[in-house]
Amino acid sequence: MSTIAQKKGFGAVLWDYLTTVDHKKIAHLYLIAGGLFFIMGGIEAVLIRIQLAVPNNDFVSAGAFNEIITMHGTTMIFLAAMPLLFAFMNAVMPLQIGARDVAFPFVNALGFWLFFFGGLFLNLSWFLGGAPDAGWTSYASLSLHSKGHGIDFYVLGLQIAGLGTLIGGINFLVTIINMRAPGMTYMRMPLFTWTTFVASAMILFAFPPLTVGLTLMMFDRLFGANFFDVTMGGNTIIWEHLFWVFGHPEVYILILPAFGIFSEIFSTFSRKRLFGYSSMVFATVLIGFLGFMVWAHHMFTTGLGPVANAIFAVATMAIGVPTGIKIFNWLFTMWGGSVKFTTPMYYAFAFIPSFVMGGVTGVMVATAAADYQYHDTYFVVAHFHYVIVGGVVLALLAGTHYWWPKMFGTMLNETLGKITFWLFFIGFHLTFFIQHFLGLWGMPRRVFTFLPGQGLDAGNLISSVGAAFMSAGVMILLINIVVTQVKNVKVGNDPWGDGRTLEWAIASPPPYYNFKQLPLVRGLDAYWLEKMEGKKGMTPAEPIGDIHMPNSSFIPFMITLGLFIAAFGAMYHVNDKPWAIPLLIFGLAVTFGSMLVRSFKDDHGYHIHKEELTQDEKGAKA
Amino acid sequence: MQAEEKLTYETWPAAPERATLEAKNKFLGFWLFLGGETVLFSSLFATYLALKDKVPDTSQPLAKDLFELPLTLVATMLLLTSSLTSVYAMYHMKNFAFKKMMLWLGVTVLLGLGFLGLEVYEFNMYVHEGHKFTSSAFGSAFYSLVGFHGAHVTFGLGWILALMIRNYKRGLNLYNAPKFYVASLYWHFIDVVWVFIFTVVYLMGMVG
Amino acid sequence: MTNQPLSSNRSRVDLEYRRKTNAEEMRYQIVSFTLMIFLTLLAFAAVAIKGFTSWFTIPFIVLLAAVQVVFQLYYFMHMSHKGHEAPSMFLFTGLFMGLIIVLAFMTIIWW
Repeated sequence: MSTIAQKKGFGAVLWDYLTTVDHKKIAHLYLIAGGLFFIMGGIEAVLIRIQLAVPNNDFVSAGAFNEIITMHGTTMIFLAAMPLLFAFMNAVMPLQIGARDVAFPFVNALGFWLFFFGGLFLNLSWFLGGAPDAGWTSYASLSLHSKGHGIDFYVLGLQIAGLGTLIGGINFLVTIINMRAPGMTYMRMPLFTWTTFVASAMILFAFPPLTVGLTLMMFDRLFGANFFDVTMGGNTIIWEHLFWVFGHPEVYILILPAFGIFSEIFSTFSRKRLFGYSSMVFATVLIGFLGFMVWAHHMFTTGLGPVANAIFAVATMAIGVPTGIKIFNWLFTMWGGSVKFTTPMYYAFAFIPSFVMGGVTGVMVATAAADYQYHDTYFVVAHFHYVIVGGVVLALLAGTHYWWPKMFGTMLNETLGKITFWLFFIGFHLTFFIQHFLGLWGMPRRVFTFLPGQGLDAGNLISSVGAAFMSAGVMILLINIVVTQVKNVKVGNDPWGDGRTLEWAIASPPPYYNFKQLPLVRGLDAYWLEKMEGKKGMTPAEPIGDIHMPNSSFIPFMITLGLFIAAFGAMYHVNDKPWAIPLLIFGLAVTFGSMLVRSFKDDHGYHIHKEELTQDEKGAKA
Repeated sequence: MQAEEKLTYETWPAAPERATLEAKNKFLGFWLFLGGETVLFSSLFATYLALKDKVPDTSQPLAKDLFELPLTLVATMLLLTSSLTSVYAMYHMKNFAFKKMMLWLGVTVLLGLGFLGLEVYEFNMYVHEGHKFTSSAFGSAFYSLVGFHGAHVTFGLGWILALMIRNYKRGLNLYNAPKFYVASLYWHFIDVVWVFIFTVVYLMGMVG
Repeated sequence: MTNQPLSSNRSRVDLEYRRKTNAEEMRYQIVSFTLMIFLTLLAFAAVAIKGFTSWFTIPFIVLLAAVQVVFQLYYFMHMSHKGHEAPSMFLFTGLFMGLIIVLAFMTIIWW
């Protein structure tokens, strides 16, 4: 937090964050909210591992277990991994392209609040009659028959959160296309910006099918429709398709930015230009494209027939090629570089073998015939945790250490960071490596317990011990954060000393207008280029002038609050509550009313005058 | 910001919908949104095609029993014409003729209202024939697809009306010109979707 | 900066020219509208006149719809103008993804 924020009272800071449209503050919000949901999802994971530590355990009931696994998956994907990536995209991407702001600051704030209220709604289910319990995929044949409101919380909560992600994606796309600094051509953009771009494009095309799927599910459960009801002519497979048309691109939406984070870290700490930059860009785009052609590999055992299975199997294996290109490029980036082993580099180094293992099992499960053996066993659980934890979560932890100084102006403790790394890394492999074998030995996924003497006891215990290691790692990270913020030792522009991209050319944390003068970009790794020529900073592309800034606004919060209220109305309508429909209408009225206020009240923003900018500088020098 | 500045016919730029950075962002962002909407409607079309004529028993009406050519033709003509009138409105916007733009937008809204009225009449008729949202998977899919389009029409009407009321007194400037332009893009997109609805749902429904 | 309106001392000729091109474009719009109406009537007629096999009618009316949408996109929505590279890329990508979904739902939902 900036020193200005600390001088203000708590109420003022809170109001500031409730109304902010500054992408750097929205990044803080995403990081905090995503971090909280990550901890909740983590606690759920620990509960799962406690239950499965020993055979015939009755730590939680079978029903509660279903709720916990559903919420673990849903929370981790939608409410932890996505928002945490959005935190880095918001904090770093506009700086990397040399922009003063994002294209739609208001929409950006709206996107955050939609995600947050969607997540809040989903988690309120724990207190209001039970959480969803049909798995994170919520297959229609299970979820239509789920009692209570759990699935309704899932459907409505994800609908709200999904809208937020969609508009967030559009905002990033327009920002990257329209707001790059002079000289920042597409092929000079840092890899994290490129992956943000491709992931956002995938969000744009992948989230609408989810919207439709959730709407149909909502109609079926709450308004008497028959999309998935076989007795009325419906078809339960439709949900599976709509879910995976979204769901498979979703995992690439998660992993591509993770690749971007690691690309930055590899080249920064190898102090070398990223090997094969253009092939990296090409591979990113290709993965993004192929990611849409493979969704039915999640459904091999549904009975699509050999032709469909073969097509989707081949398409899936094809993704291994661009991913392989990336792996080799990272290796060659380190080759011959002067590698510095900082905490982020530890994670990047560990990521390569971990992720490759997930990739190899990916090709195994992509083999349609063999998949009949792996399907719905712990082998699959091991596979997707190797790619998601070994890829995305390692990237998130690496990114947290790497960009913490840029976001908050302080440096996380390196020793504690490395302890976190070792605990998490050992715990991760301990937990999930053995699960490959548990699966091959016949342990199905999503079972709440198992019997003794079937050869599963030791494996499950090892897995649970691993979870304890990971928890300890995350706790050390939290301690690290608290210690760092209490000490509050401020750092300069380029605290790692090896920054290559534009975000390291300005103060940490950056001033609210980012760049006093837009920088002139002369090549890839713009800041490194200037440093190598002995310059202190970027060459400005414009004289100092007035800077236009958007005004803060409380309207995003209100628009979202309306939808949040309306969701309760829609949900309790099936219980014949007399207040349900009026509540639904009231909520929608709040939303649309707030949108009208936004349209009728012109908001042209304000200007920071040239004089203030130059005074700032003098003040800083004095 | 130049956006609020009073402009004259002489100073009005050639492409007012993209004359400022804010306008450019709005323009591009809206087109991207339409790209997403394309996938949204494709998913709904796909669902409809999968569930067409899937009913629980033979007492339920099928597509070929329900649809009537004349009604669909009139609705189609109304919506197609409203697309042309909104083109006219944008033509006058580019020529800085505010009053004429408002007039044509008004005509667009009226045509849209006519279309919406026909749709309500039509849905009402089907319900009386036993084709309900809750009576079969076919019914659910039909009302969801066509209803989603209808909801888009309703939202579009509200949007254009809100813009007209808001800017009634102040005329055109570079702040509201892109807003009018984007709303008209939305209106055309609704028409694009309708072209597929009348072809895939109604005409193909009658062919069998 | 891009938000600078064009200078006010632009010549009359310029304005006249712009007025003319706008009017000319409007004429194209009317032509495309007429064609769209014609295509629509053709599609309705193909269905109204019984006697064609559905193997002809369905591809025919889908083709007419596709042509009509091209008119909408390129003329009414000005996609033929410069500066629509990103919009058309994203729109057609969306269309491509959408068509794959439609294809899948027509082939591997029921078996």
